[in-house]
Amino acid sequence: MEKTIRVLVAKPGLDGHDRGAKVIARALRDAGMEVIYTGLRLTPEQIVQAAIQEDVDAVALSILSGAHNHLLPRVVDLLKEENAFDDILVLGGGVIPDEDIPGLKEKGIAEIFTPGTATQVTIDFIRNNLKK
Amino acid sequence: MDLYNGLLNKEKRAIARMISLVERNDSEALEVLSRLYKFSGNAHIVGITGPPGAGKSTLTDKLAKNLRKEGKKIAIIAVDPTSPFTGGAILGDRIRMNKLSTDPGVFIRSMGARGHLGGISKATHAAVKILDIAGYDYIFIETVGVGQSEIDIVKTTDTVIMVMVPGLGDDIQALKAGIMEIADIFVVNKSDRDGADRTKVEIEMMLDFSCSQWRPPVTKVIATIDKGIDELLANVSEHKDYLVSSGAFLSKRILNSEAEIIGLIKDKIIDRIVNASSNKNDVKMYAERVAKREIDPYTACAKLLSKSVKEVNDGEGKKN
Repeated sequence: MEKTIRVLVAKPGLDGHDRGAKVIARALRDAGMEVIYTGLRLTPEQIVQAAIQEDVDAVALSILSGAHNHLLPRVVDLLKEENAFDDILVLGGGVIPDEDIPGLKEKGIAEIFTPGTATQVTIDFIRNNLKK
Repeated sequence: MDLYNGLLNKEKRAIARMISLVERNDSEALEVLSRLYKFSGNAHIVGITGPPGAGKSTLTDKLAKNLRKEGKKIAIIAVDPTSPFTGGAILGDRIRMNKLSTDPGVFIRSMGARGHLGGISKATHAAVKILDIAGYDYIFIETVGVGQSEIDIVKTTDTVIMVMVPGLGDDIQALKAGIMEIADIFVVNKSDRDGADRTKVEIEMMLDFSCSQWRPPVTKVIATIDKGIDELLANVSEHKDYLVSSGAFLSKRILNSEAEIIGLIKDKIIDRIVNASSNKNDVKMYAERVAKREIDPYTACAKLLSKSVKEVNDGEGKKN
């Protein structure tokens, strides 16, 4: 049977702006993926435990608070602690300055999607970069 | 990943991977499951059903939190609808349960219904077994928001909780056949709203007509503020005791197993007749002829069936 791609869409930290996350969730749904939408204000620990229990292929993190340099690498580190990073693609999105992007990629975030990215770009990236 | 030992050791990653694999009918995972089946059967399985927005997820969250205080291990399977057009889904029940995510004694899994119309997905049965083997004391299955006839949940669980809210319809709705008949426990959630007492009375009046041994209790609850949850948990444990003392426990599980076996046979037959690559074109060809009125659907069905039976017989003839 064909594999259904499962993606966790989550918002780490304290900002309450979830329009972007909802648009991405809807776009991935329409691309035939199962989106586990977990809502606002999550800790990296909650996100990683949800990703493991849901056995997702990708975690898409939306963040607009400015705390991305702290929170996104923390998710990667926790996934590594659980030996799950080899299976799960980690993506970031939101208001993230260009100069921060290389550092985030170095720490294991596969790609960063900033405002204005076409949803199809994100969909294609997930499809082409699955780890398992 | 060593699924067999991982599952026996109750590792969350192995449990999660097993559920993904049975969702796509992976034969290796089903083999592991059949070897481990003897370790299942200890969990109490509770179905939570009701219309969309009735508060099923919030209620499940609260039930789980209260049972955790008693040290029970809890698994939750939350089913949401899958798009019939794209196969995609938004699984949003976890939003109400995020605080449970990091509790080591809790496992939450969201499932898309994937084309199954009974309120749960086809793989839900298998997922329940996996969680049962993994040693969870209670397994909650939260159905998709249901209407009037999605009653598969009753064939999968020991106790069914029907979550109602005030203001959905008059007493005639409560008289109708289908979903109102399968509940072991009724909950009137959001009972701080207008009409909660009336809803409770209407359900009670409907129950007055029933002559079964177990009379479902009707409990008013406000899940968001944890009101009435203790009483509801007492209802669940009373029902559990009733099942054991009346002997209904085993007879119910026998009925459930029967339904499951028949379901599996149906799937296999459909797979053989409809989905087998050699037959896919035949089905399309007949469909076209039926639509053009060259042949009727009953004859088409008979022809496809007899062709498959012939294929099976030929195949077995060769083996001998």
